[in-house]
Amino acid sequence: MNNVANQQNETAVATEPARYYTTPLVDVVSHEEGYLLRAEMPGVTKEGVEITVENGHLTIVGHRQPLAVAGERIYGERRGHDYRRVYELDPSIDAARVSAKIDHGVLTVTLPKAESVKPRRITLE
Amino acid sequence: MNIIRYQRYPQSELSPAFDRLSSLREEMDRLFEASFRTSGSLSGWAPALDVYQDKDQFTVVAELPGFKKEEIEISLHQGALTISGERKAEASEGETVRNERFFGRFQRTVALASPVNAAKVRASYQDGVLKIELPKAEEAKPKQIEVSVS
Repeated sequence: MNNVANQQNETAVATEPARYYTTPLVDVVSHEEGYLLRAEMPGVTKEGVEITVENGHLTIVGHRQPLAVAGERIYGERRGHDYRRVYELDPSIDAARVSAKIDHGVLTVTLPKAESVKPRRITLE
Repeated sequence: MNIIRYQRYPQSELSPAFDRLSSLREEMDRLFEASFRTSGSLSGWAPALDVYQDKDQFTVVAELPGFKKEEIEISLHQGALTISGERKAEASEGETVRNERFFGRFQRTVALASPVNAAKVRASYQDGVLKIELPKAEEAKPKQIEVSVS
């Protein structure tokens, strides 16, 4: 699962105007059944999540819901950009069964391995 | 404003399978950013926050993804707003291959430039974003005073 953000950006330039993204902080856990990704995307609702699996790449994008705030910003650390991160998928992952949910700004992506590559215990007859 | 922010960025300690997870450019961006951050506190982490002001109120917005409402504490003491809490790691079986998120306690304090009406402070937490609205005390609001010249 390599991050290939650069390569992806090059192809995007021709079709859409340049956009800036923030890289979300992500935890990745690997287990027998597959992988589990948890990405921090505060300010993103269910509608703002875009997950695509294409050419062996997993792209997670989170569009922020604009927050109504009165007044002018006098101190700032938050970055208003949308989130984006690209991973090269382990070929053993079953792309058709990738699932995701977002809860309190944390996106959880479940990447199950295809049945054929899972370890199997064979009992002697 | 008395704000201390410490953000530990993940080191690229190369776990054999996932050392290629981040592109070089990303890693460079992180190093670059990290060098411009002021590190203050000795431990823990600090969520990003913004402070807004208009003539009637202050608004503090903090990014706190993955919390439960009851895990966030907000207090106001002598004109300083303190946000604190603890985020617990989700239990999950398996081997950690990439660990960038922060868990544990945090605390941030914002000294407000003018008195606020503590009874009217409102806070909401939605989609991992905490928003606190602090109406200014009546005496702190700007007033127009007519001066009549006789």
